[in-house]
Amino acid sequence: MIEKLEQQFQAKIDAEVKIEPKDWMPEKYRKTLIRQISQHAHSEVVGMLPEGNWITRAPSLRRKIALVAKVQDEAGHGLYLYSAAETLGAERDDLLDQLHTGKAKYSSIFNYPATTWADMGAIGWLVDGAAIMNQVMLTRASYGPYARAMVRICKEESFHQRQGYEILLTLCRGTEIQKQMAQDSLNRWWWPSLMMFGPNDAESTHSAQSMAWKIKRKSNDELRQAFVDATVPQAKILGITIPDPDLKWNEERGHYDFGEIDWAEFWNVVKGNGPCNRQRIEDRKKAYEKGAWVRDAAVAYAEKREQRKAASKAKVA
Amino acid sequence: MQPNHKLNYLLQLGDNALILGQRLSEWCGHGPVLEQDIAITNMALDLLGQARNWLDFAAQTEGKNRTEDDIAFLRNEWEYRNVLLVEYPNKDWAFTIVRQFLFDAFNYYLHKELTESKDEQIAAIAAKSLKEITYHLRFSSEWVIRLGDGTDISHEKMQTALNELWRYKGELFKLSPSDKAMISEEIGADLNKIKSLYDQKLKVIFEEATLTIPDGNWSQSGGKIGKHSEHMGHILSELQFMQRAFPAMEW
Ligand SMILES: [Fe+2]
Ligand SMILES: [Fe+2]
Repeated sequence: MIEKLEQQFQAKIDAEVKIEPKDWMPEKYRKTLIRQISQHAHSEVVGMLPEGNWITRAPSLRRKIALVAKVQDEAGHGLYLYSAAETLGAERDDLLDQLHTGKAKYSSIFNYPATTWADMGAIGWLVDGAAIMNQVMLTRASYGPYARAMVRICKEESFHQRQGYEILLTLCRGTEIQKQMAQDSLNRWWWPSLMMFGPNDAESTHSAQSMAWKIKRKSNDELRQAFVDATVPQAKILGITIPDPDLKWNEERGHYDFGEIDWAEFWNVVKGNGPCNRQRIEDRKKAYEKGAWVRDAAVAYAEKREQRKAASKAKVA
Repeated sequence: MQPNHKLNYLLQLGDNALILGQRLSEWCGHGPVLEQDIAITNMALDLLGQARNWLDFAAQTEGKNRTEDDIAFLRNEWEYRNVLLVEYPNKDWAFTIVRQFLFDAFNYYLHKELTESKDEQIAAIAAKSLKEITYHLRFSSEWVIRLGDGTDISHEKMQTALNELWRYKGELFKLSPSDKAMISEEIGADLNKIKSLYDQKLKVIFEEATLTIPDGNWSQSGGKIGKHSEHMGHILSELQFMQRAFPAMEW
């Protein structure tokens, strides 16, 4: 029986028919999706912190407004994604609890500090840029609500990427010190951005099944290569140098070759030893705990209102 | 030298929006729940947008070839003309909401009056802002009620915030020399006219919120004439950081 359902399920996926919340699905598919979508949601929300760190210091009113709007978009992405996870039967509070206790992961890139204004450029250009590679692929994910959330999100992400690039372009066309600021930022964000695509294909644990289920359609290394190929020419236009002596065009492959990622650093940041892991979780926990009385009060008030409505209705009747 | 009353009046309007927008933007990423994080950030965005309109007009009015950013980021503390209420720290959601409501109710009636200003530009900016401010007032009123009449804990937090912030409300209606000059030219809003509407609004909302209006009418003041609290310097140290550390650059 189950086998037959599983066959039908896989047949649907193979035929590119979207899986919807009420459809039958293997328990493992559901769990894998909840894990993936909630990690993605957490990444959006934790991702608000490094850029949020520069909102009060943005250098012009136009930039301040654009940055606030950008960080707010990420909150919106978090919201869509938590909602998508809820369609699979997950509860937002449980998911948040997993984030706060360290059980759930989020994108490691946000465990690096945003130390200068140029980072608002580099994050938009590289981090949103790398995210787009992944997310464009996910607009065709087999689970309907996830794929649809991604379509909305991708539009905003590509706007973020252009905005970030434009911040760097302004710096690179500015004074000497602004160029230095841009170069310093690229030096710090380049390798962590490449790490966003995850381990090499040979090391990647979840990939094969996720490919079959079409909740992943390209391998980590494929996506990373596409990102490098797209980004190198953009850095040339900026006139700043990518911090990789091994980076060069490979005529034969039709791709850029690039150096080896520092995997020891990668795994350490994943395990919680990045520069900001503790700070990010602490900030999220603090916001959640400090908000508890607000959420409680909102619920209590809504209940009171319902009761009053019922009571006045009873009176009329 | 005669003070430029119209300029100072525009700075009062622009600085209130700028400093409160700056304060609210501190919440971004730290709100009590994602939906409210987004909502409070929306208000920050509205206020910062309004600040741009007012300060751009202030720069034109000043006529010294300065930009909105020169005005926003490169004045000395005593040249900012926002009320003390908006520079008060966020503290917690209760303080933020009470501060917002005390300000929004004022700002709403103020902008309504300003849509009738003899100065067309002021009337136009006010009309544009009024739509946003109407929404802000609805939002903060609803939250005052929800938290005032929520749980015992939320009630207590709201009452504490109200008791503390009450002494900053009077400055909203205290006439600065620029207020007086602009009112007499029918460019500015007659604050005496809107005072009773304001008091009535507060009475209705606080009553529904089951909050007690504090006694005492003494009010802190000074912001409108450039005398600020100790909080202001810290706000400016962040607001102005880039422009001060890297002067005369394009961003
Ligand atoms: Fe996002
Ligand atoms: Fe983004």
